[in-house]
Amino acid sequence: MELKTKAQAGSFESSDVLIMVEPVEKGAGRKIELSSIVMQQFGEDLLKQINRDLDGYNVADVRIIVNDKGALRPTISARLETALKRAAEMQTGTLK
Amino acid sequence: MMEVKQQTFKRRTMLYIPGNNPAMLQQGSVYGADGVLLDLEDAVALNQKDSARILVSHMLRYISYEGCEVTVRVNHIDTPFGLDDLKQIVPLQPDAIRLPKVETLDEISRIIRLIEEIEDEHQMPHDQMKVHVMIETALGVQNVYDIARYSPRIDAISIGGQDLAADMQLVKANDGVGIDYARKQIVMAAKACKIDVFDTVYVDVENEEGLRDEAEYIKKLGFTGKAIINPRQIEIVNEVFTPTEIEIRKAAKIVKAFERNKAEGIGVFAVDGKMVDAPVVKRALRVLEMADIDVETL
Repeated sequence: MELKTKAQAGSFESSDVLIMVEPVEKGAGRKIELSSIVMQQFGEDLLKQINRDLDGYNVADVRIIVNDKGALRPTISARLETALKRAAEMQTGTLK
Repeated sequence: MMEVKQQTFKRRTMLYIPGNNPAMLQQGSVYGADGVLLDLEDAVALNQKDSARILVSHMLRYISYEGCEVTVRVNHIDTPFGLDDLKQIVPLQPDAIRLPKVETLDEISRIIRLIEEIEDEHQMPHDQMKVHVMIETALGVQNVYDIARYSPRIDAISIGGQDLAADMQLVKANDGVGIDYARKQIVMAAKACKIDVFDTVYVDVENEEGLRDEAEYIKKLGFTGKAIINPRQIEIVNEVFTPTEIEIRKAAKIVKAFERNKAEGIGVFAVDGKMVDAPVVKRALRVLEMADIDVETL
């Protein structure tokens, strides 16, 4: 997936997560800034999940800011997918 | 004719859950509603349709709504969102898909054809996921019987009162007077097709007495249950649609008397001074069914 623009998805509501993604130059790698209300217990798991999802979308170079308000795994994956598709200008069936 | 999986859930209350709200989506089944309606349509802002669609699809894979019938309301096929909704949700095969603002036979046939094309692409059967049709315009009300009987997949229809009131240019809609004819027409179409029929939402969440009155009224009309917008409304509607102990005792007495008389070849008899014939027995059996009482155990 080729990222073209900055994009975000999610919210600061409880049980949600706000994810912002930004394209970076090729070879820069992944820069993930993670903050979570459950950082101590689940921070590592969150990071693993985000990296696994990025692997799935074949995204090697990206800056991501994750602000987690206690989201479950499907919410994290859904918000990341939405943010990435928006950044890649691949999202369909919505109004910008 | 195609055999479609029979629904096994009670359908007194169906709780609408906004499709872009993770907290409500993950808790949807804990409130005691018989079903959850994961909403991609009116409850989602136009610039969040992609986000809601993706969130609901992840939730359907991950969350167990055990004990609840799971229905997803998609956007109308003629909006910029409808086809993407179908492409994403149909392969996940929720218990049912809810189609808003259906107005004509051509329209329902076109949408069901699309659903089945998507199922074919994913090598899925056509007899698992049910289709619920919403009637929300005057034209839809006029055509409801033809729409409802179009496919055996359609096992419920419902009235969308807010949109219908708007389509009818009603200024005051909360008392239900303006949509009363439509309610009755839709119930009759459902009964003619032997399918379930759901009432519209009651929007005044604070007015519990008004909700109870409306639920009692629509139960008398023949509705199977009601869509609701707040967990606070569940208990009231469930209570109205659950037979009371007195009703259950009376029904059991009628069914037992029927069995006794049947053995003696008597078709019409009296219970507590009132005539009982086949239709009365049928209604008594329905009361016992609603109360989860197995006739064999009487």
